[in-house]
Amino acid sequence: MGAQIHGTLEFNAEKRKDIRFSEEALKEIEKIKSRYPQGKQKSALIPVLHIAQAENDGWLSPEVMDYVASLLNIQPIEVFEVASFYTMFNLKPVGKCVIEVCRTSSCWLLGAEDIIKYIEKKLGIKEGQTTPDGMFTLKTVECLGSCGTAPVMQVGASYHENLTFEKVDKILDKYRAEGRRRNYTDLDYENTK
Amino acid sequence: MGRKLLLAHENVPGIDRLDVYRAHGGYASVEKALKSMKPEDVVEEVKKSGLRGRGGAGFPTGLKWSFLAKPEGVPRYLVCNADESEPGTFKDRYLMEKIPHSLIEGMIVSSYALGSNTSYIYIRGEYFYVSRILEKAIQEAYEAGWLGKNILGTDYSLDLYVQVGAGAYICGEETALIESLEGKRGNPRIKPPFPAVAGLWGCPTVVNNVETIAAVAPIINMGGEEYAKIGIGKSTGTKLISASGHINKPGVYEIELGLPVEEFIYSDQYCGGIRNGKKLKAVVAGGSSVPILPADLILKTAKGEPRLMTYESLFDGGFQSGTMLGSGGFIVMDEDTSIVKNLWNFTRFYHHESCGQCSPCREGTGWMEKILHKFLEGTANLSDIDLLWDIQSKIEGKTICPLGDAAAWPVASAIRHFKQEFEEIAKSKKFKDVSHYERLHKPAMA
Repeated sequence: MGAQIHGTLEFNAEKRKDIRFSEEALKEIEKIKSRYPQGKQKSALIPVLHIAQAENDGWLSPEVMDYVASLLNIQPIEVFEVASFYTMFNLKPVGKCVIEVCRTSSCWLLGAEDIIKYIEKKLGIKEGQTTPDGMFTLKTVECLGSCGTAPVMQVGASYHENLTFEKVDKILDKYRAEGRRRNYTDLDYENTK
Repeated sequence: MGRKLLLAHENVPGIDRLDVYRAHGGYASVEKALKSMKPEDVVEEVKKSGLRGRGGAGFPTGLKWSFLAKPEGVPRYLVCNADESEPGTFKDRYLMEKIPHSLIEGMIVSSYALGSNTSYIYIRGEYFYVSRILEKAIQEAYEAGWLGKNILGTDYSLDLYVQVGAGAYICGEETALIESLEGKRGNPRIKPPFPAVAGLWGCPTVVNNVETIAAVAPIINMGGEEYAKIGIGKSTGTKLISASGHINKPGVYEIELGLPVEEFIYSDQYCGGIRNGKKLKAVVAGGSSVPILPADLILKTAKGEPRLMTYESLFDGGFQSGTMLGSGGFIVMDEDTSIVKNLWNFTRFYHHESCGQCSPCREGTGWMEKILHKFLEGTANLSDIDLLWDIQSKIEGKTICPLGDAAAWPVASAIRHFKQEFEEIAKSKKFKDVSHYERLHKPAMA
């Protein structure tokens, strides 16, 4: 899948020239780069990809990955092989709010399967899909480290724990009413227990 | 019983702030270590304490530290493993979120002991918000002079950074973590060389779990010998247990090692018994990777002795009848739980998380997931049980890192202790699924 995305069919080198990160993002990237010894700036790649994803509507396009490579002075393939390894990086467009429901172990023991089905029905989409209005993408993920407050879902930086159908309604309705994008890098996380 | 060293102040309002943490004795170990101890004295105290790695492997921390190579002119690094991803484990998140300074304090003392002047906390990406809490606490520590140049007016300087991951269980394996910290895929390295010789950027490196590092502060404060008096035998000190599943009181509990398992499950001080008055069926005592045990074998050893929360007692009987303390991810299942489906759930996890370097793990986990799915569809045959056994036996011990073992052990133990459940499905060609949501949540709401 990956090779096709980064292949000649979809990648447009001209488009890369249009990529612009905000001043704030570039400043943050410089700060991150300063954490490592001279010549080891590749270490910044994962934190920088998080910023890049937030700057690019929640996903990493081939052009954005190329741009990141130029920021860190590494080869585009070094960026792509990392972006495609880690589950938190989206290589396709996603909705404004990516709902990630934990499906593992204790979350399963406490009803995660039903929570997933409930969200699918509520939003009229299947796992992996995005609502037609571009508001929500539904994903299932492995253990989020919230087993004592299972079932759990993550939206951007926020953890929503001890889920019931009623809580899901309340949380998703709130996100829809606000209508804004949620990123892992958000400072204003709003966990609910 | 019940002494708390890490969570003593967990309910103090504002304990995440430096002033409150300090008012409750915080950073005392930094003062003691930097002003009155040599780095090797700190290592010696940790050795005496008997502290064992709290991430899962249980390797003696002092010994691990003593392996660190010290070539002239080469930097050494301490990296904290906050990649907590073992299903059933959430203690590190709790500790970092509640008392972030306890990790920072432990990082300073441990970095001093190891001669690291730049240390990193590698935290799983999903815990992004926790990384913010840590960063805020680190900022406070810099401003108060606990981090930075010439700490407490000594020659010792330390910079501490938080690095976020991006979703990969494998990065909890220390060499995969180092790869990830270097900006690469989380593929575990072939050892030797061990990180103690060639770790981060090829330099000598120690990787320790959050809880391990946090425990160094009380060890320095009270002395290694005093710490070693807590617990039983080679299981010294306290341990954070993440309790989850079908229990009345899930949560993080700090226990003195040696607590009877039965007391931990049924006492109101801890798990508070099984939810909705159901019977205990099985426990995964140390995170999804360790062997699952049926109720009788988790409460008592095969010899009939009460099972204790120690490395040794949980392992009593080996894998025939025992398990492991692991990360302390204590997952409890009641009588209505399908062991077969639970195993499918675990196996899907390992298949998803295999990094793909070693074929026994990459292919084997997928095969096992598919075969287990046949049981859920009611299409499995009796021979599939043997096939599962065969596959797991060909993964264990045949991979670069322990993820292969971690994927094999749950399969082996489920078949060993619950073979009947697999046989019933294979014979009847029927799998009766239950909705855990319906059966657990609906009665409570009615």
